[in-house]
Amino acid sequence: MRTNRVRLWYRLHRWSSLICTLFLLVSCITGLPLIFHDEIDHLMHPGHSLLQTASGHASVSLQSLVKETERLHPGMHPMFVVLDEQQPTVHVTLSRTGNGDLSQRVIESYNAYTGARIDTDVPGQDFMDYVLKLHQELFADIPGELFLGVMAVVLLVSLISGAIVYGPFMRRLEFGTVRWNRSNGLPWFDVHNVLGIVTLCWMLLIAGTGLLNAISTPLFAAWRADRMAKTLTPYRDLPPVSETVSVDAVRAAAQLSLPDRKLTAIVYPHPLYSSPWHFLVYTEGRTPITSRIFTPVLVDARTGHVTSSQQFPWYIHALEVSRPLHFGDYGGLPLKIIWAFLDIAFIAVLVSGLALWWKKRNGSQGVLDLGRDSNLNSEVSSS
Amino acid sequence: MKRTFTWLEIYRWPMLLFVVITSGVLSALLGDHIWDSLSWLLLSVPLLVIALCLLIPNSWRRAKLR
Repeated sequence: MRTNRVRLWYRLHRWSSLICTLFLLVSCITGLPLIFHDEIDHLMHPGHSLLQTASGHASVSLQSLVKETERLHPGMHPMFVVLDEQQPTVHVTLSRTGNGDLSQRVIESYNAYTGARIDTDVPGQDFMDYVLKLHQELFADIPGELFLGVMAVVLLVSLISGAIVYGPFMRRLEFGTVRWNRSNGLPWFDVHNVLGIVTLCWMLLIAGTGLLNAISTPLFAAWRADRMAKTLTPYRDLPPVSETVSVDAVRAAAQLSLPDRKLTAIVYPHPLYSSPWHFLVYTEGRTPITSRIFTPVLVDARTGHVTSSQQFPWYIHALEVSRPLHFGDYGGLPLKIIWAFLDIAFIAVLVSGLALWWKKRNGSQGVLDLGRDSNLNSEVSSS
Repeated sequence: MKRTFTWLEIYRWPMLLFVVITSGVLSALLGDHIWDSLSWLLLSVPLLVIALCLLIPNSWRRAKLR
């Protein structure tokens, strides 16, 4: 590769990295506890693990749980009923305003067999929510999410340009060389190279899946505009439903239409989260791969009949798979531990990169100076 | 003066690691049980490589490998 071109890639690598490093440090550090989200939740809710002794199918009436939740929080509107078969619990979410503002929500959890309320009012829950909010939107809602999406793109540029300049810099160095005994920032340089190239594939994965997660809101909007709109055409002139069938009838209808799938959530009629005329039921498969793939079922809120149970389009499937691939929570605790170590390596790549830039900025003329010398080889081999 | 490595020599380890990590990531996604274990095995490879590179001096590695 010509030296000019190398220098160009090198600059691209440096500037793209500088742009996103600060935000990535926040993401990597908050990501670390998020990998163990489930474990931390279990620690904070020791009562939940007791439920695992129960077995069989959930038999308690969902409608009665929704009624109970409405009684506990008068004047609030039911939004979602989430069915957690593994715990097994039922979570009922109510919203204060009913206009879709989820910041004004309450969640009550119940034992799926006995219907007994589970006390979830634990301070630790709020802390993990806080960490997640910082991780995925920097406390800035959808603009924050999209901004981090842009940072993910910048990270992808930085990773690819980094992989390209790795070659010229390693022409006289064996793979994995770390010259601890050298000064001039060389150890930083070597550590950055080794950690960066070894974890490259994983970092690309995290950047790509992070990008997909960041644009999930517009992706769902695209799906709604595309497929949902077609399905809902016959309803367009109808007023939004006021009286709905019971949520148990919705569950039964959805289960009947897709008997092999597990129901995971029921969304009440709402123009943003379902449709003004339908319950939206989320179902998932029971094998490792199909459990990542959700199929939505639209149930007419007035009649209780299934309107549509067609598959999501490919871009929503990609989104669904990108969530576990981002957080590493799909292959047991050992995988999470590996994910954590890789995350620490990622942090080390960021810090060593920052250190290199700082050293160079302060006038240290080490191997990194591609400056005026047209012969890159002599530069790199000055070690 | 050390000789210059070719493109293939420089990128063969990174490419191998790329394949190993991709297989590890997919293995746990597409299967359970044995596939999860395979994923743990494959994904510890990059961590092991990092540990080796950082902890074992280059000169020692060279002497042993040749």
